[in-house]
Amino acid sequence: MKETHPPAPGVRRIRPAQPADLGQVIDIDAAVTGLKKNDYWYELFHRYGTSRTYQRLFLVAESEGTIEGFIIGEVRDWEFGSPPCGWVFGISVRPGARMAGTGTSLLEAICQGFRRAGVDKVRTLIARDSALVLSFFRSQGMMAAPIITLEKALD
Amino acid sequence: MKLQKSTSLALYSVLEFAANPGRQISAAEIAAKYGVSTHHLSKVLRDLGRAGLVDSVRGVGGGYRFSGNAKRLTLMDIIELFEDISSRIDEGGVPEDASEVEHALSVVLSEIDEIAKATFRSITLDTMLKLIQRQRQRRTEAAETPN
Repeated sequence: MKETHPPAPGVRRIRPAQPADLGQVIDIDAAVTGLKKNDYWYELFHRYGTSRTYQRLFLVAESEGTIEGFIIGEVRDWEFGSPPCGWVFGISVRPGARMAGTGTSLLEAICQGFRRAGVDKVRTLIARDSALVLSFFRSQGMMAAPIITLEKALD
Repeated sequence: MKLQKSTSLALYSVLEFAANPGRQISAAEIAAKYGVSTHHLSKVLRDLGRAGLVDSVRGVGGGYRFSGNAKRLTLMDIIELFEDISSRIDEGGVPEDASEVEHALSVVLSEIDEIAKATFRSITLDTMLKLIQRQRQRRTEAAETPN
């Protein structure tokens, strides 16, 4: 995903994350989760942000130099017997920049990347009590997948 | 999980109103569309009015008009006006002296209820209207596709 022209003032653009974006990405995540996870994000950027494969995507939404949100995902092949599909495993929008379509733009952009990678389905995994995030993905037309997640405590 | 009749009527009605914001719709019109009693529906609409989700308009051509926020209201918000679907465990639905099988079954049923509740909480009226629109589009496309 290459942008050859600078965006007009006030216009949001979606582009691959750059090392210089990480500080703002970490701040957005910390504002939402309450945890500042520097090492985690640098490791994630190493795996996804600098990826040479079109199957991994780490995108940011930028407006006038400010990162408003980010999305991370990848195409996973035959996981749990499922045909290759795109998985979104991280999305967040700066609390002050919400309700402006940033999340929708990010999701559309990553879905476009998944289509280019040759898959026709996108999935995600959300905590049952994350009503806000669940509502967002539902509003984008996502429905329950034919998958059930299970867990048990390791005594 | 099975919803009570009043809850279903409330969901049908609210979605009709939200799909036609600003339009006054009579109880008789909705009752005819869904094949239900106008008397029963009127009671449901009064409850929706008391909750501030519809305004009643009196007089000739009167009816009800949507006054909620379709992007904010979830299916759960409507359901909770008409019934309590708190989980079996929250309710302490299984007595202390119930058998081990009853306790185990209650855990499984509660798991199903929790998934249902999370689903109802995550779907706004606006999302439902989009879903209805997509289904309508698919039906139209299927009808136009030659066999």
